[in-house]
Amino acid sequence: MRYLHLLWTYFRVGVLGELAYRVNFFVQLFESLLELGTAIAGLAVVFTYTATLGGWTPDQILALVGVFFLMGGAIRLVIQPSLEQLIESVRDGTLDFSLVKPVDAQILSSIQRVEIWKLTDVGLGIAVLVVALARLGAHVGALHAAGFAAALIAGGIIVYSFWMILATSAFWLVRVENILMVFQSMYEAGRWPTSIYPGWLRFALTFIVPVAFAVTVPAQALAGRLTWQVLAGAWVFAAALFSAARLFWKAGLRRYQGASA
Amino acid sequence: MSGLPGLYAQQFKTSLAMMLQYRASLVIWLISHVLDPLVYLVVWTTASRSSGGSVGGYGPAEFAAYFIVLMLVNHVTYTWVMFEYEYRVRRGSLSFALLRPVHPIHSDLADNISSKIITTPLILAAAVILALIFHPVFAVQAWAAVAFVPALLLAFAVRFLLEWTLALAAFWTTRVSAINQVYFIAALFLSGQMAPLSLLPAPLRLAASVLPFRWTTSFPVEILLGRVGWSETLTGLGVQAGWIVLCFFLLRLVWRAGVRVYSAVGA
Repeated sequence: MRYLHLLWTYFRVGVLGELAYRVNFFVQLFESLLELGTAIAGLAVVFTYTATLGGWTPDQILALVGVFFLMGGAIRLVIQPSLEQLIESVRDGTLDFSLVKPVDAQILSSIQRVEIWKLTDVGLGIAVLVVALARLGAHVGALHAAGFAAALIAGGIIVYSFWMILATSAFWLVRVENILMVFQSMYEAGRWPTSIYPGWLRFALTFIVPVAFAVTVPAQALAGRLTWQVLAGAWVFAAALFSAARLFWKAGLRRYQGASA
Repeated sequence: MSGLPGLYAQQFKTSLAMMLQYRASLVIWLISHVLDPLVYLVVWTTASRSSGGSVGGYGPAEFAAYFIVLMLVNHVTYTWVMFEYEYRVRRGSLSFALLRPVHPIHSDLADNISSKIITTPLILAAAVILALIFHPVFAVQAWAAVAFVPALLLAFAVRFLLEWTLALAAFWTTRVSAINQVYFIAALFLSGQMAPLSLLPAPLRLAASVLPFRWTTSFPVEILLGRVGWSETLTGLGVQAGWIVLCFFLLRLVWRAGVRVYSAVGA
């Protein structure tokens, strides 16, 4: 509860900081709409030649695109800017300021910056999801919806933990931004169901860069093809990765020596 | 060595040193350049399997050939100047380039060519690995292989001049990222990056040929894979030459106007 309040405060700070540059909102909206239009146009081209792609119907893939935007938007809204600032502050020693505050430093570092205009991606993702759900209509029951919510939360935890682990490696490595860029370029592959990729790439997109859990698995729930084993696996993986991120963070803090060192 | 050859030689040494310094950037570069064609290759292969083995004259083996050749052609023709100009203008680093006695385009060209010479072995290795995985089928005719070379070089020239000119938009606005995005999306569809142009709807196909996009990337791929006849090949080489002349004059015009409005921030 306290942390939600904290997140809200940072959100307000983000709003206040950005209200001076309102044109940015329209530029961001324009860019987000372009990206969405590109994704849908790409689907349209592919589906003029085939009725299903690896067993997925156009509406199911549309739902997947919605999840892709929603998840990507949530990452760019708060996780990415905050953790980039964390990396920077490990380098120049300003992490000291976070450590002396009377809240958990990991949580503080994970929510300390909010790029509010990225809400456009989140909003567009939800809009696409709603459209896709309306078109899927009768095929989505309450059970599917619950499975979707559970898979989405697990996916969010996995992506967050993964980013946290990468960012925490800044305590040992100097140029972590490069690794983050690898993640971003591989995340793009999640625009399509990972089940279509050959085995080695599917493995990489599931466990090395966990975009399969972030996007494909929740979309599977809406497409009615999520088994409870996969969902349970996602939650086990989420719990393991989250604990690993926490342990790694503690190890990193022990190594951190502060600005004056 | 002095003059332009000296400049190019020096730029090559600098680029080589930079690349060996930042090896991690090389890996990122490689992943992003292999992943895009790989994703579309998989998507189209899956689509062709779902609809009876082939779509629009392309089966899995033909798609593999198309996207592997596309990846190599893209490697030769791509530029990154559109990402850099905003930074140069905003931070004023262009001022130093303007003080030099040669046009700044030369150092960009030298940088582009030397970076590519260094990264070519990597992309060739990636192509070999993709070929082992996806089993492409090539049936290259001798004349097509010969015509491929000038088409590839002209494609590089068109793309370099075009993107260098577009990059100059940074002189007038600091919001080039939106302009860049529009261009990259157009290029994604119209230069054959996401699908062979023959699979696109007719209006897009027409736009690809009327605008410079087809001539920057797709055309050499089509030649090598035997998708265009020799008379169309000759016409296409002529169109490429025409775009080069047009872009050259456009570049001079925009450059002169741009330098006049340029006032380095912080200068």
